Amino acid sequence: MSDTEIADIEAVPIRRSTRWHIAVFLAPAFLVYTAVMILPLIETLRLSLFNTVEGQLAFVGLGNFKVLFSDPRLSADFWNALGNNVIFFIIHMLVQNPVGIAIAAMLSLPGLRFAAFYRSAIFVPTLLSFVIVGFIWKLILSPIWGIAPGLMDLVGLKSFFAPWLGKPDTALITVSLISVWQYVGIPMMLIYAALLNIPDEVLEAAECDGITGWSQFWKIKLPLILPSIGIVSVLTFVGNFNAFDLIYTVQGALAGPNGSTDILGTLLYRTFFGFQNQMGDRSMGATIAAVMFLIILAGVSLYLFVIQRRMRRYQF
Amino acid sequence: MSKARSAPLRTALIHLALIAYTIVALFPVFLTLVNSFKSRNAIFREPMALPTPSTFSLVGYETVLQQGDFLGYFQNSLIVTVASIALVLLFGAMAAFALSEYRFRGNTLLGLYLALGIMIPIRLGTVAILQGMVAAGLVNTLTSLILVYTAQGLPLAIFILSEFMRTVSDDLKNAGRIDGLSEYSIFFRLVLPLVRPAMATVAVFTMIPIWNDLWFPLILAPGESTKTVTLGAQMFIGQFVTNWNAVLSALSLAILPVMVLYVIFSRQLIRGITSGAVK
Amino acid sequence: MTRILKGMLFATTVLAPAGLVHAADAQLTIESWRNDDLAIWQEKIIPAFEAKNPGIKVSFAPMAPTEYNSAVNAKLEAGTAGDLITCRPFDLSLAMFQKGQLAPLSDLPGMENFSDVAKSAWTTDDGKTSFCVPMASVIHGFIYNKKAFEEAGVKVPKTEEEFFAVLEKFKKDGNYIPLAMGTKDQWEAATMGYYNIGPNYWKGEEGRKALISGKEKLTDAQWVEPYKALAKWKPYLGDGFEAQTYPDSQNLFTLGRAAIYPAGSWEIAPFKAQADFEMGAFPPPVKKAGDTCYISDHNDIGLGLNAKGKNQEAAKKFLAWVASPEFAELYANSLPGFFSLNSKPVKMTDDLAQEFVSWRQNCKTTIRPSAAIVGRGQPNLDLEMWRVSANVINGTQTPEQAAAETQKGLDSWYKPAK
Repeated sequence: MSDTEIADIEAVPIRRSTRWHIAVFLAPAFLVYTAVMILPLIETLRLSLFNTVEGQLAFVGLGNFKVLFSDPRLSADFWNALGNNVIFFIIHMLVQNPVGIAIAAMLSLPGLRFAAFYRSAIFVPTLLSFVIVGFIWKLILSPIWGIAPGLMDLVGLKSFFAPWLGKPDTALITVSLISVWQYVGIPMMLIYAALLNIPDEVLEAAECDGITGWSQFWKIKLPLILPSIGIVSVLTFVGNFNAFDLIYTVQGALAGPNGSTDILGTLLYRTFFGFQNQMGDRSMGATIAAVMFLIILAGVSLYLFVIQRRMRRYQF
Repeated sequence: MSKARSAPLRTALIHLALIAYTIVALFPVFLTLVNSFKSRNAIFREPMALPTPSTFSLVGYETVLQQGDFLGYFQNSLIVTVASIALVLLFGAMAAFALSEYRFRGNTLLGLYLALGIMIPIRLGTVAILQGMVAAGLVNTLTSLILVYTAQGLPLAIFILSEFMRTVSDDLKNAGRIDGLSEYSIFFRLVLPLVRPAMATVAVFTMIPIWNDLWFPLILAPGESTKTVTLGAQMFIGQFVTNWNAVLSALSLAILPVMVLYVIFSRQLIRGITSGAVK
Repeated sequence: MTRILKGMLFATTVLAPAGLVHAADAQLTIESWRNDDLAIWQEKIIPAFEAKNPGIKVSFAPMAPTEYNSAVNAKLEAGTAGDLITCRPFDLSLAMFQKGQLAPLSDLPGMENFSDVAKSAWTTDDGKTSFCVPMASVIHGFIYNKKAFEEAGVKVPKTEEEFFAVLEKFKKDGNYIPLAMGTKDQWEAATMGYYNIGPNYWKGEEGRKALISGKEKLTDAQWVEPYKALAKWKPYLGDGFEAQTYPDSQNLFTLGRAAIYPAGSWEIAPFKAQADFEMGAFPPPVKKAGDTCYISDHNDIGLGLNAKGKNQEAAKKFLAWVASPEFAELYANSLPGFFSLNSKPVKMTDDLAQEFVSWRQNCKTTIRPSAAIVGRGQPNLDLEMWRVSANVINGTQTPEQAAAETQKGLDSWYKPAK
């Protein structure tokens, strides 16, 4: 399979006749990725076109998709999860990424002391296992053991405390913010690497023109790191629409209360693998996975074909 | 360094902001560590309190060390993580270079194909992957985990690295070509050193989900000799009673190696920048 | 890469048969979600079996309960699962049997030690074939803090009215949280709430069977009333109970801060280990004094045979032993609160466990209503009941709405056989 595709790639040489090195560069990644990831996933996604009819697995075309969008319960679950997922994503875009960029901008200032310490410390949450994150945040926010209520009491805000994770109108925001807390390190790292990549000459030239501090960030650095912000945004999008583990460990597979924290990942998990006394439904699970895939693909394609192409890149 | 002199107040504010966020980031981690040294009752009675002589307890760590060969689990986790990172970085950088450097038909499509993997959770392919590993006789080997994690890490690596490789100066590469360097030399000698910061970033991103993964070790390599730390820690999570002392201890211990790896990579990030300045 | 792959392939194919030759013993692996019991299996149960059956080595391989269903299914499908599979009750195991993953066990020596009711959780709908050896059931009720009851001067409640009077007394006194339960994890609201007190209203098996046959609906009074009772629990729960998790509730009670804990019998052993006060237990209160009492005595755990396992003979030997009275006594006493389903009564040393099991004498037993037959479709009735029970206690749904919603979900796929 790989041979023919790569041969196809070779078909239109631009500068040299056979450019074998391209195939050599691509082959290892292509092979491992195709064999261990793509083929098994195709095997699974194929199931979205099949369903059990009278005890036999039969081809149903787009029947499962029709059921997903027309069945009152399934479609309600799906739209609820999609809506929550959008909110989840918006919170990340509004909180996680700006905070990440701000921290990276501060860290990259020349001559800042303890920068390495701050950078490592802020990244620690990202290294934690979900089990710990789930446990410790539930403990902190618990109305009974009282870390959050106690701390709020200290600053006289006790009356604002509520069992946030247990209330339908606050649970999703709370979980999103926990996720932001955990993942802020990722935009920070990427933007930090991009900021360090800006050559000193550029900044020195700016300083000569009297552009320093805030305006230097807005006028010089920000345009230069826009491609990286683009990547961060698309990675946030992909990560959020695939998110699962955190909600699962904090709110359980049912993503309560009353489904208010259910996102596509948890819905997919429950449907595909089943949960407790609910049996897994591979076909419907694969159908949801396929829809999720199309949503993410649409977002990534928008980025690859529209945004990335229009974005001006600077080579250093 | 005129800035530093002109704005001591600004520097102070920056430190203040960073310290504030550092506290936000570390406080829960601190709580985890503190509680891992306390007896079970003390965790819930006063989660905030530091361990006192009466509540100090190493019971969690003792349980962890008694139950199973945790040192061996650490070794397995390290082998799997480091090998996977190495393969992801090598294969990923090669593919990203090909995609960002050469224009050929199907370039964008191939780029999209190689990015598909970040759009579907690989967990869904579990049954087919397991069947494949059974057929290849790789069940209960670390190799099976390394293969899966390499495949899982590649899409993101290629995605990020190709973006960074686009910023490497064409003049530099063309100068290399004029000097008669082969494409391989250009990649390994000119381009790779310049994208080291990005490589370090990718290494960190690849490392986290691998180190913390519970699912594939459980499915592909649950045997005693191939257990990873995360899989070892899950045995303390019960149906009705979870041994939080042991879970917190095991997972607190498990942070250390990733922390070390992180520090190594992030130092690489800085060094990559400074050596890049020589170009 | 391919070289490593080939090398490893070679190594494993060479080593695997060598390993088999080396070990003359039959090696059995038990897949289980009961991480909690690892020590008991390793230290008590397996040595007892191995001492009598030289040549068979058994290893107990539990995993995190949340991962169990999906992990075991994947392993069974790919053929890497252990020889013995711990069975969830009812439809999950039935599906495994129907797929040919679990072997039929009707002829297994020792199966005659179990009544049809005991076997019902692991038997085909026609009652002909059984596929797991019943191991244990769990009983619902309430565990209480004896010291708290003495301090407040209250007696164990027998009727619903007395029950709420006791709760009111504790609330007034303010020394104890009357009821230790939260709704965050949802399952307690149904399992320790609705399924616990409900059988007294829907008359146990009578109501459960009527629901299956379509004679009763979840919107009927006897199914709505337990929700109404649950809604009345709200003022007696701790502050912020909406975010109170299951371990929170356990700790609240064992730290002596709560008076009554709506329980399953599985709590007995961990509570005994953690609480430093005397505990007692009472069955769900009846509506009026003198009413027949009903309790939920739910088949919870069994052990089945992987149809594609390598050591069928040895595995069957082990299963036959699990079906024996010897195992029943060992298991029930090692894990007080997991009651043997063996027809031969087991002597238990634990007083609290003995208290729970004594209710079987006076009360009629039933299983959870959502478990069999009405629990096998989508939406899953069990999970729906978790969700709405939590909603009812939180006050975000009325009992009538909750009942209507579950009935609507059931109607969407279930057509009772007329």
